[in-house]
Amino acid sequence: MTSMTLTRRTALAAIASALVARNAFATPDQAREWLAAQAKGTPKEGKVTLKAPEIAENGNAVPITVSVESEMSETSFVKAIYIAADGNPNPPVATYEFTPLAGKAEVQLRVRLAQTEKLIVVAEMNDGVLYTVSREIKVTIGGCGG
Amino acid sequence: MVDDIKPRLRVPTTAKKGEVIEVKTLITHPMENGQRKDAAGKVIPRLIVNALKVTYNDKPVLNVKLDTAVAANPFMSFFVKVEESGTLKFTWTDDEKNSWTAESKVDVA
Repeated sequence: MTSMTLTRRTALAAIASALVARNAFATPDQAREWLAAQAKGTPKEGKVTLKAPEIAENGNAVPITVSVESEMSETSFVKAIYIAADGNPNPPVATYEFTPLAGKAEVQLRVRLAQTEKLIVVAEMNDGVLYTVSREIKVTIGGCGG
Repeated sequence: MVDDIKPRLRVPTTAKKGEVIEVKTLITHPMENGQRKDAAGKVIPRLIVNALKVTYNDKPVLNVKLDTAVAANPFMSFFVKVEESGTLKFTWTDDEKNSWTAESKVDVA
């Protein structure tokens, strides 16, 4: 009987640690998995620019600019931009879906970064071609609360 | 709290035909990311603005899906190509299905 209780306790502990693990920081693999689930294919380097501070003192609001070279015409435009952070508790940051009406595939936003980590951007063109860029940002104070 | 949430816009009111104009938006929203704990150690549930839709004369321009990694008071800037006079419409939605809209008229000469 005792051994059974212990087994149950061990099992509960295992479940608890699994739950804790889910809340822990994401791994670069999770960020890549999320990006791969958004857009099928192998992204190439190029066309995408990510402007971000090299060192962000406050991880609560890090300004970034993402732009993609494209004429944004009816026949050739950026369909979507996916942004992921590989060291945050949740890797997805934001998804932008464009139509040619946007005129220019450039966006600015402020992101939360939990620690020094890499931002990865994937751009999907209307013909399915993917481009990517990534960049490490050093964070002095993380932005995910305690 | 929901009543305090206000969208703010900075959009040019006039433009030339075919001009690509820059649009800046901000919505005052705490973007509670579901990671923080209150004084009693309880996790504060996630409540974020998770979507922004932008249309021009009811034609879609941009859909943004936001996740927890977007900073509080989400600021978004982007571009719109204007071929004729019209109205830009912005709609934000949060996890509790609250939504806020804002409109801005653009005169195209």
